[in-house]
Amino acid sequence: MSNIIGYILICIGLAFDFFGVLGLVRLPDVYNRLQAATKCVTFGTAGILAGVFVMEGYSVMGLKPIICLIFILLTAPVSAHVISRAAHRAKIKLADETIVDKYEEDKELLDKEDN
Amino acid sequence: MRAFRWLIGFIVIVCFLIINFFVFDYKLIFKLMNIGLFSALLILIRVVFGPSPADRIVAVDILGILVVGICALIAVTFDQSFFIDIAMAWALQSFIATLALAKFLEGRQLDE
Amino acid sequence: MRIKVKSRITVFILSFITYFIITQIGKFDWQELVVGIVISFITAIVAGDILIMEKRKFKFSRIFYTICYIVRLLWEIIKANFHVAYLVIHPNLPIKPGIVKIKTNLKTDAGLTMLANSITLTPGTMTVDINKEKGEMYIHWIDVKTTDVDEATEAIGGRFEKIIKEIFE
Repeated sequence: MSNIIGYILICIGLAFDFFGVLGLVRLPDVYNRLQAATKCVTFGTAGILAGVFVMEGYSVMGLKPIICLIFILLTAPVSAHVISRAAHRAKIKLADETIVDKYEEDKELLDKEDN
Repeated sequence: MRAFRWLIGFIVIVCFLIINFFVFDYKLIFKLMNIGLFSALLILIRVVFGPSPADRIVAVDILGILVVGICALIAVTFDQSFFIDIAMAWALQSFIATLALAKFLEGRQLDE
Repeated sequence: MRIKVKSRITVFILSFITYFIITQIGKFDWQELVVGIVISFITAIVAGDILIMEKRKFKFSRIFYTICYIVRLLWEIIKANFHVAYLVIHPNLPIKPGIVKIKTNLKTDAGLTMLANSITLTPGTMTVDINKEKGEMYIHWIDVKTTDVDEATEAIGGRFEKIIKEIFE
């Protein structure tokens, strides 16, 4: 029974991994790619690790994925935030569909405060 | 033009899924692992053709998270727990590499 | 002074639990246990004083709010994933991206970090930068509905701000 639940979780996780990677290929600029890829791939990998935990139970192989899962859920948003901030400061352009960019308007002000 | 490209991608993915699941006769877990490896191949497209450096950094970061999942699948397949140790080390390393690459992209030196 | 000692003890316990789960389950060994205690002690001495920065009292209602927060966050993550999957499969890519500005009332570092991480994991939004002195956050929104500051605050930050305020402040 736990085997079946584990396989179902692993299948869901792989499906969302695949959607996230598809978003990385299809969407138009860095920020949108980062959104799709970070959310979907983090959730998908968390699903795979939870599936491994359900299949193995409380053993050596069962508890290591839990540490891995907590670590990934804590660090993936941080790395997305760091990359997007660095990309905006390195003046990488947003896509043509973009409507509004408040950060660009306030950027002069922010740079002055830094120095 | 966009609809045409969408159609080509759709056909490629459906062909991959049919060949993966119905043509050859493996265990189920190997077929699932094939999907993860195909995703890694799609990420490598973004690494090679990415128009800006930030795209390449995003792709490498996502590849790091995906490899953690693939390592967990390998550990289940061969019933060896040290593959999960590899996955944990990979997660730590890829997070620190992402921080360093982002700092480098921003134009600062690494010791600031 | 006392906060630093508390922070070092917390780091010691957390790193020792992690070491214990990685090496000791299934086979119990005194040598590795001693090595784990020594390494956790060194970690706590060298890098232990940055985990807890503010002094807080223990309240019983905080546990209840933490459980509520985890359930709410899981629900929002699942919704976010289906939203992204819908966007990616759609042939015309119905996106309207933009960077908007929202206001926040949180003051502590831990509260701001958790709010930023929650916003990144919920549907269609991602934190780009935080201006801590003014209490403003810049959010990349994949489907912009409004560019006004107050309406955007209500739509994006209102989901989590009250509950995070109960937990971290």
